Amino acid sequence: MTADKASVLNVKDLWVSYATESGPMDIVRNVSLAIRPGEIYGLVGESGSGKTTLARALVRYLPRNGSITKGSISLGGTDLLSLPSNELRKVWGARITMVHQDPARAINPAIPVGEQIAEMARVHLGMSNSQARQKALEMLAKVQLPDPESVAGRYPHQLSGGMLQRILIATALTTNPQFLIMDEPTTALDVTTEAVILDLVRDLLREYQTAVLYITHNLGVVARICERVGVMYAGEIMEEGSIQQVFKQNFHPYTLGLLGCVPRINKDKSDIDLHTIPGYIPRPNALPSGCIFAPRCPLVEEACRQSRPDLIDAGDGHMSACLRWPEVVNIQPQSAKHARSERDASLQEAPLLLDARNIKKQFKLKRSGLANLFSWKSDTVQAVDNISIRVRKGATMGIVGESGCGKTTFARCIAGFETATSGDIILDGESLPPAIAKRSKAALKNIQLVFQNPDASLNPQHRVGESVGRPLALLGNVSQREIERRVRELFEAVNLPADYVNRLPHELSGGEKQRVAIARAFAANPALMILDEPISSLDVSVQAALMNLLAELQRANGTSYLFISHDLAAIRHLSDWIAVVYLGRVWEIGSAEDVFAPPYHPYTEALLSAIPIPDPDARQERIRLPGSVPSAVHIPVGCRFHPRCPRKLGPICETEEPPWQNVNRFHSICCHIPLEELTRLQAPSSAENEKERP
Amino acid sequence: MQNSQAVKPAFAPGVARTFRRLKRYPATLIGFTIVGVFILLAIFGPLLAPYKYSDQDLANRLKPSSAEHWFGTDQFGRDIFSRVMVGSRDVFTIAGSGTLMAVVLGLTLGLLSGYFGGFTDEAIMRLMDVLLSIPPLLLAMIILGTVGSSRLNIVAVVGFLYIPMVSRVVRSVVLDLKTREFVEAAKMRGENNFYILFREILPNVLPPLAVEASMRFSYSIFLVASLGFLGLGVQPPSPDWGMMVSDARNWFNTAPWVLLFPAGTISLLVVGVAFTSDGFRRMLLPGGVSG
Repeated sequence: MTADKASVLNVKDLWVSYATESGPMDIVRNVSLAIRPGEIYGLVGESGSGKTTLARALVRYLPRNGSITKGSISLGGTDLLSLPSNELRKVWGARITMVHQDPARAINPAIPVGEQIAEMARVHLGMSNSQARQKALEMLAKVQLPDPESVAGRYPHQLSGGMLQRILIATALTTNPQFLIMDEPTTALDVTTEAVILDLVRDLLREYQTAVLYITHNLGVVARICERVGVMYAGEIMEEGSIQQVFKQNFHPYTLGLLGCVPRINKDKSDIDLHTIPGYIPRPNALPSGCIFAPRCPLVEEACRQSRPDLIDAGDGHMSACLRWPEVVNIQPQSAKHARSERDASLQEAPLLLDARNIKKQFKLKRSGLANLFSWKSDTVQAVDNISIRVRKGATMGIVGESGCGKTTFARCIAGFETATSGDIILDGESLPPAIAKRSKAALKNIQLVFQNPDASLNPQHRVGESVGRPLALLGNVSQREIERRVRELFEAVNLPADYVNRLPHELSGGEKQRVAIARAFAANPALMILDEPISSLDVSVQAALMNLLAELQRANGTSYLFISHDLAAIRHLSDWIAVVYLGRVWEIGSAEDVFAPPYHPYTEALLSAIPIPDPDARQERIRLPGSVPSAVHIPVGCRFHPRCPRKLGPICETEEPPWQNVNRFHSICCHIPLEELTRLQAPSSAENEKERP
Repeated sequence: MQNSQAVKPAFAPGVARTFRRLKRYPATLIGFTIVGVFILLAIFGPLLAPYKYSDQDLANRLKPSSAEHWFGTDQFGRDIFSRVMVGSRDVFTIAGSGTLMAVVLGLTLGLLSGYFGGFTDEAIMRLMDVLLSIPPLLLAMIILGTVGSSRLNIVAVVGFLYIPMVSRVVRSVVLDLKTREFVEAAKMRGENNFYILFREILPNVLPPLAVEASMRFSYSIFLVASLGFLGLGVQPPSPDWGMMVSDARNWFNTAPWVLLFPAGTISLLVVGVAFTSDGFRRMLLPGGVSG
């Protein structure tokens, strides 16, 4: 990259190395960046690609064993690498600021938030106490927090995650810095909150001449707010260009692969298998000799293995580190397409497997602090309030909702870990006791669960083959040879090498652990599989491979899934039926296609419009939900959604519970607004208009 | 920070890696060496000792360090170096058995209390609170003063006193483990409590238990020495470090080595065990678990 005179931040040929037990490791290699004032530069990459290390190196805030071995960093003419540490401290906060991923940990819990912003103004802008206070209020108003006066005096625990992230953004912009690093600032937030924050960041930064490095793993977020994007892989930048260039005409097979991994809301498992990238990111001390992506690349040829291709300008500032870049443009991600069969029709008529009726779950909540000492009263949390869901044989019921909506509690009630306060769980015509201890062995075997966190779902002291074989051994009268044979079969079914049976969980990657967990769940040959956010903690390419695997196993075994997720695209991809849950209740339920097409419940509509779609041309309705989810202790009267509903009718929403309206035999919406009116309001919806890649 | 999800972890062979790590923590290496030497002394001490521990040489009483008597001689002309060497066996057997007893009983109570919770937990933990509320040395003196002092009684007292500490640590680990997904998965496939407790939970309790046990051991050494000092330890003429320190008080002005060498030995071993315990913590609990 040419040193652009207009750029504020100029990074040239940067190498960052960590001293580790197995010798020095170059985590970031040969990275050059130039960011202009007012530009939002997106840096995307999977975990382990070195994006966070790069960001820390840019501000010279590396851990003790990390060092910058080569290259230069200049910020507005200042050479950051030669700056002594006392000068550097003056740059931090004044000219460079940072917004971190987890707002709850980035803000001091013991200081009122307004005071934390004022501190920035006092230290770096030399303001007096009263000026600084004024500045803090001004910043809070800038990030659109209602009632800045009252917010300024509050402590972090009194504010929601979305509000805290706004406060971090306000803090970071207080000094009007030249360079701002945002490291996954919305990853910890719900999709509706994320949409609001992204809008805010985009609008707010127009006022400032700040160069922004926006780090994320989410291509949809990049497409929504960035102007230019760099795709990082194993410590190097593979492709760089404007959003249009990279998303519409990409010149690198890795980018192509990443884009193909993301499920789209207009396609599902019966249309396509998701594209996957085979293999793993190479370790920094075991890099391939040629192109670092060669071992996983579908276009690899002999020349790629010979020498490492340079990042070259392929025209108009669009850089690619691929020898065969002119050919990449003409390639579509290889997604196997399935012939759409009569499967859908037959599934709608398939017999019922699970019939969960009117499930309620309340938790008693002790009051905190002194009140607890003087009172025996406790508050009740209605985590699940009357949810009824049916799962048909061989089909997937997807439950989607934001954090705290009760979807996981519901799943745990079905599994028996939580004892439902009331309601019936009927599995295959047989009523199940609510508590797991009272269920028969056969009933237990019939419901299996795959958990969210692959690290906790396998016993760290058991070899993974043992974990998978145990459910078989429990059945009794199965010989050891038979068990070993089945374990090998299961490992093959989840695409794990057979010699993995003797490994311990810590020797496996996150995706592999999740495959073992899936194999273990299938070992019991269950009728119903509960998938509680099984892919949320994994990288997109790993997510795609697991979703394909789950779809394939369902086709082969006819297992029913209860799939729980906050990720609408994943839900859409895997589910035949979808229930949308908010504050412990279902608001819309129907076949996946119906739910994702108008008329929608206003909440579904808001969720859909908030999904970050990895396509810069995607036009979405801009529907944003104000505020945050109310606590399940003080549930609003009338329609629970009314305080945030963008389509609120009027007083009726605040007083009366909405009625269920049937759109068709399978699709129902719980709302006061008549269906015809919803259809009319939502007619020009463009969430479905997501264009396909040319 | 970047996690290593997609990066395949590399594995150096366990021993080589452990050693390489040890080199980075000199304190741990020192601890291991000290404990190793004392273990050798405990086993071979009586064979290696230059003199018999009870041999009196009244002509050479209260002599300072010399080539013949490295640590000097005591009021009866006995070789202090030999007495310290021989005494280490009692320290290891008594403090070790006491620790073992505390660990076995504490583990059992901790597992039951943490896993079953409810009334079992309340009953066990309140009982532990009662034990904890009495100063350990006082309780030990009362018990030994009543039932008399013998090796077995000292072991029993040491074990008894440290049960609450061990059981609390085990309980807190179990409380964390029992809500982990792998335990829920075991319940989901219909495992019984016995299997969950011993096959799923117990193996994961062992690393923090090893750390706790090594720490208890260093406390036990001190307790045994304190009891010896108070005259409630191993009875003469067996060489007991605590008793040696106690006896030497009378000659401290004229012959300080009689006190300093046994006292220094106690300190050295306790420090060595503490370093070792710290090393265990670092190796076995890389994430850092309190306890």
